[in-house]
Amino acid sequence: MAGRTLVVWCPDWAVTAAGFPASEPVAVFHANRVVTCSEAARAQGVRSGQRRREAQGRCPELTVVAQDPGRDARAFEPVVAAAETFTPWAEVIRPGVVAFATRGPARYFGGDEALATQVIATVDRAFAAGCRAGVAEGRFAAELAARATGATARTRVVPAGEGAAFLAPFPVQTLDQPELVDLLIRLGIRTLGGLAALPADAVLARFGTPGALAHRRARGLDERPLLARTPPPELAVTAELDPPVEQVETAAFTAKSLADELHRRLSGLGLACTRLGIEAETEHGEHLVRLWRHDGALTAAAIADRVRWQLEGWWSTGAPTAGLTLLRLVPDEVKPDQGSQLGLWGGSAAADERAARAMARIQGLLGPAAVATGVVGGGRDPAGQARLVPWGDPRQPALPDGARAGSPPSLPMRRTAGPAAGEAPPWPGRTPPPSPAVVHRGPAEVVDRFGQPVTVTARGELSAPPAWVNTAGSPVEVVAWTGPWPLEERWWDPAGRRRRARFQVCLADGRAQMLALESRRWWVEATYD
Amino acid sequence: MSLPLEDLAGRARPVTLAGRRMLPVPEPLAELFPGGGMRRGSMVTVDSISGTTSLALALVAAASQAGSWAAAVGSWSAELGLVAAAELGVCLERFTLVPDAGSHWPAVMATLLDAVDVVLIGGTAPVRAVDARRLAARARERGTVLIVLGSCWPERTDMRLTVTAARWRGVGQGCGHLQARQVEVVATGRGAASRRRATRLWLPGEHGRVEAVEAVGGEPGDVVPADPATSADPATILAG
Repeated sequence: MAGRTLVVWCPDWAVTAAGFPASEPVAVFHANRVVTCSEAARAQGVRSGQRRREAQGRCPELTVVAQDPGRDARAFEPVVAAAETFTPWAEVIRPGVVAFATRGPARYFGGDEALATQVIATVDRAFAAGCRAGVAEGRFAAELAARATGATARTRVVPAGEGAAFLAPFPVQTLDQPELVDLLIRLGIRTLGGLAALPADAVLARFGTPGALAHRRARGLDERPLLARTPPPELAVTAELDPPVEQVETAAFTAKSLADELHRRLSGLGLACTRLGIEAETEHGEHLVRLWRHDGALTAAAIADRVRWQLEGWWSTGAPTAGLTLLRLVPDEVKPDQGSQLGLWGGSAAADERAARAMARIQGLLGPAAVATGVVGGGRDPAGQARLVPWGDPRQPALPDGARAGSPPSLPMRRTAGPAAGEAPPWPGRTPPPSPAVVHRGPAEVVDRFGQPVTVTARGELSAPPAWVNTAGSPVEVVAWTGPWPLEERWWDPAGRRRRARFQVCLADGRAQMLALESRRWWVEATYD
Repeated sequence: MSLPLEDLAGRARPVTLAGRRMLPVPEPLAELFPGGGMRRGSMVTVDSISGTTSLALALVAAASQAGSWAAAVGSWSAELGLVAAAELGVCLERFTLVPDAGSHWPAVMATLLDAVDVVLIGGTAPVRAVDARRLAARARERGTVLIVLGSCWPERTDMRLTVTAARWRGVGQGCGHLQARQVEVVATGRGAASRRRATRLWLPGEHGRVEAVEAVGGEPGDVVPADPATSADPATILAG
């Protein structure tokens, strides 16, 4: 059931805000169309939506004013202030319309009728504009009630429980949902009463959420309960440090109690924190923020440790130039706490926990991206197959891999049957194991035994066998080589397209390298160190 | 969680002598180490012209598979071939990389020595003697194995592994593909490791793992594609 609501409506507000009385023929235009016009102009046939020429044709002495929403809002401020003398919860619906719940004020002033009269009188004193007031269940009905008043009876109170009956005769156009209204009229539903008579579930099924909202309004209910949402509880904890703290130890002591407090709040709600924001402010107004991620749930001790490491990290880099005045812990990501179980004999879980703490500590010193673990996924070259994942982030490879799960290695040029639906791609053209132990990229020069650069034609034919490779200043003789293995990737993607011919070479000094010829230039792609 | 009984007994035993606490190394490498594994708290240098990275990763592999954590510090870890590491048997979930520790590297090293079982360092600027001594003491105290790649360490370490000979197999003149490398590794050191030990092994072997030489067969230094009869090796498609 919607609460009883009072709406103060100022007719033709844009005209009033522009500083003209209703007795002068004035129209407010936007994009050459009438938006609002005064009572006098309306009497001469000016209607909203008309072109300027047409409006001036009907009313030659019409004053033309450009629309200015800012002006409307500014001018409306005294009206809102007057309404706020009755309740602190006055809501501006739009310039010209202000609403508030009557539950408290109506009892104080002796009923809705008396309240509405009082409001009109107060608003008139603040701003003589001939405003009207309506009281009904819900904002929509209250606004229609205010609009249904006349110049003589400036208030209209719809008695409790009669909202739907009051609304029933109004045309559906009052819903202010042009598309829906158009459809309703074509279906023969011309009044709000007709709409309200339809079953709610059928309206929702046929017209979706906008239709359901309109249906609620037509029945005299407030539209808001549809979007019921419990605001998330405030979980962040803050400590103001006075006097400002200059030492890690002191700040860490405060952090400990903050961490306990945060952990108590979270566990009270059955939540565990997986990402924690640590914020600090200094006397000089610096604002430091760092997010911490953790796979499992952060315990109170773990939170305190991280805050401490983070503070040490900040201080060691000299980021805070003055003492800390504020420390805040914000649980950035929470999830239901499912708990974790240590192994019965300590075992690997304890070692894992120790290692995890060390990694988090180093992240505090160097930044979250400085500590990483590798994940091997799909791809065709050694650099593309592996991906470094910052510590604490989910370990997911850059590309899916189907070939790595025990199937025989594929070689370039070998044709493999297409993958079955839903299977990860097999990456034909992948170099077979062993993989290179060092993956780097640098320019190289490759020449044949006459000193001419080695090239590969578009058809993958080699100009001459490579004889010398120069990667670090001095040429080294090639003792064995293989290739070219042409590789054309992502030809459909102009940005990611790569066309290469790859080689493996064994050099006279015992090294083995993977070389690639791309756009007529030679590169070292990896070394089999 | 099911633990082998002797493992459980090992954990329940009240005192273990430091010298008895070993980190396992892959089988083919075991004969290089006096006790058949890396003694906890010791330092190992791996330094040679080629094969340094593979050998260092191979040293970590067995311990990593047994549940130990390892960490790599220094710029060498930025260029590390993670696919090769995985093929050698390193468990990547427990192998963390700190490629750019910058000026904080002693603090990073100290933190890692406290927490993980093996720390690999390489590609840093020459280490100051005072830092080196402090970190070595910390490693000894915590029972962490420190593996130094290259020549950045100023002091002598307990052991030094060098690849003295390396021959690749599988590539011909325009045919085949790199299949395996036979290396000779020489270990020198002090104390129990002072006797020079040498072994020949495939590093990496055909599937990227480290293998004893007998396991793969073939003469050292064959630069020919694999025997077509033994496997449907793709190299034969290229060769033929």
